[in-house]
Amino acid sequence: MDLSWSPEEQAFRREARAWLRANVPDPPLPSGDTRAGFAAHLEWERTLYRAGWAAVSWPREFGGRDATLWQWLLFEEEYYRAGAPQRISQNGIFLLAPALFRFGTPEQQRRLLPRMAAAQDLWAQGWSEPGAGSDLAAIRSRAVHDEASHGWRLTGQKTWTSRGAFCTHVFGLFRTDPEVERHRGLSYFLLPLDAPGVTVRGFPRLDGDEGFADIFLDDVFVPDRDVLGGVGQGWSVAMATTGSERGLTLRSPGRFLHAADRLLELARARPDGPGGHRDRVVQSWIEAQAYQLFTLGQVTGLVEGLAEGRQAGAESSLNKLYWSELDIRLHETALDLLGSEAEVEGPWSKGYQFALSGPVYAGTNEIQRTIVAERLLGLPRR
Amino acid sequence: MRFAVAEDHAALAAAAAALLAKEAGPELVRSGWPGGSPDRVEAVWRRLAGLGLPALLVPEQAGGLGLDEDALTPLLTELGRSGLPVPAVETIAVGAPLLAAADSPLLDRVMSGETVLTASHHPSAPVPFAARAELLVLRVGEQVRLYERGEVVLEPLGSVDGSRALARVAAPPGGGVLLAEGPRQLAVVWGRGVLGTAALLLGLGERMLDLTVAHVRERRQFGAPVGSFQAVQHSLADALVALRFAAPAVLAAGWAQSTGQPDAVLRTSMAKVLASDAARRVARTAIQCHGAIGCTTEYELHLYAKRTWALAADWGDPDRHRRLIAAELGLSEEGTANDRT
Repeated sequence: MDLSWSPEEQAFRREARAWLRANVPDPPLPSGDTRAGFAAHLEWERTLYRAGWAAVSWPREFGGRDATLWQWLLFEEEYYRAGAPQRISQNGIFLLAPALFRFGTPEQQRRLLPRMAAAQDLWAQGWSEPGAGSDLAAIRSRAVHDEASHGWRLTGQKTWTSRGAFCTHVFGLFRTDPEVERHRGLSYFLLPLDAPGVTVRGFPRLDGDEGFADIFLDDVFVPDRDVLGGVGQGWSVAMATTGSERGLTLRSPGRFLHAADRLLELARARPDGPGGHRDRVVQSWIEAQAYQLFTLGQVTGLVEGLAEGRQAGAESSLNKLYWSELDIRLHETALDLLGSEAEVEGPWSKGYQFALSGPVYAGTNEIQRTIVAERLLGLPRR
Repeated sequence: MRFAVAEDHAALAAAAAALLAKEAGPELVRSGWPGGSPDRVEAVWRRLAGLGLPALLVPEQAGGLGLDEDALTPLLTELGRSGLPVPAVETIAVGAPLLAAADSPLLDRVMSGETVLTASHHPSAPVPFAARAELLVLRVGEQVRLYERGEVVLEPLGSVDGSRALARVAAPPGGGVLLAEGPRQLAVVWGRGVLGTAALLLGLGERMLDLTVAHVRERRQFGAPVGSFQAVQHSLADALVALRFAAPAVLAAGWAQSTGQPDAVLRTSMAKVLASDAARRVARTAIQCHGAIGCTTEYELHLYAKRTWALAADWGDPDRHRRLIAAELGLSEEGTANDRT
């Protein structure tokens, strides 16, 4: 065990902290899940990119900083501590990019990654469909090959797509082989949302922001070169990187450490102190620390090459169960501390409504518990 | 940064685990209960002593292994897993290093496992293993003193875990030998006892979960293994989550103590909260998922569940540690001194 940071890592942290202190917008930007807020967040993404902080762990040639996983973790911690804006580019940088690095051709990587880092292309995730939520393999949107045009014709509907109304591109799963069932005949496509035949309709999430969208596709042409990981390989590509969404890439410990610190501040600032909620405040704080410690073990495993493949994928279900429940508890505790003020619209009440979607998105927690039971505990399938 | 048990620490824990797997089955755990034969337990303890367990925190010049709290946690997790009813925390984490610091002539007999020692950091609470120990390390006022059995008055008590040989102990304040005093030394004793107990709880939790997983894979109802039912799967998944997020906190607390981190007190209390709550949750889930057999004493599960309940309350229950953390975080003014006993 060695939980100390090297001088280089400490220097990296100081550099990140200093830059964030000088650049994080004050007052905070309006929600990035609204049209006006999204535009402001886009400016912020470009500021991050110009200073080399948009995708710190990527190679420099793609717009990154060549940072180690440890440095990435430190950057995330500093990012949240500084109260910096939400990352509207996250579904590209944190969800699509890991798949591109692993399955993309060199041509795809060169063409797509730099534009993603620079926030020229903003990616939405097109997985869910009206009839395929938790049961992702029930996808019905289809792609038919068009030999003459060297491409595919996509038809169908994606829904509950985060920031779909504001993004420029979508990555998604489509059925390319109607003959085989379930997870077998799927392919992973990359396409612009301004392609002919695409219609996007934004609609509000639980918290009222227009954060969701339906994406309707009617005979949309996508060239062969924009299939990721090979025709028919969609499920493997998607599953190989679900760990990113459930695990620490999308929800790094910095996010919850910061929320726990805000909760402590709130508790200390209440005129009568934390009162009867003290144990819950402490428990939430403890669990945020526990999540961080868990991820330090995980990153050690990744750095030392111990955690690979299926096991690592199933492990990320543990992360997801923990951070999503923790996020709700943090917010519930804060709202109870606020007492009769809890009803007033503010960061905790809005945050709570978003936190409630944590156990739903990226595969419901019921799905995650089944994965944990079957793959980590080895319990029999039904 | 490297969040993983060091190789030599893992090797020592694995050596102890191998010995325990061979020598300490549930029948041996039962023999620590009233009517059993504690000699058999003590014979295994002496074999563990042969690996250097009681000497773990004793400096090399005093004949010990000269290791630190970082090595303590993986080892005590294995002892917890075995269910062996021995004063492991009391001896390894607390008593032996104190005897070494006091240059006690009794140290060698404790390190060899010939002499059973117990310890308590609470001035009035019942003392585990007191009814079996020849040496007692006890908190008296702001001191920790060493007594021989003949110097104290024992009142044996029944325990939820019959193998704990629990007794209320009255020790003469002027008697015995001074081992430690003052807030700094007492804090070290407290921290190690809490840490060691958290590690035991982790091992117990893992044992109970393993037993339950094995059971629900085999047990069939409605024509299928009960472990294939989602309700059973999900409660066991939650049990695993609780354990997997408690374990790093225990390791981190051991490292914090061994390197003298300023937040070691906080980390140690965190470890005890998470390990106690996780193990208690697993105990409850394990009994439920075993069904009626989990509600008997013929089956071995009760041995580990009862140890869990005893240890969750020992060295500060989770609520007490949450109060300590609250004080450290500036959420309350009262509490620190009284809670740390």
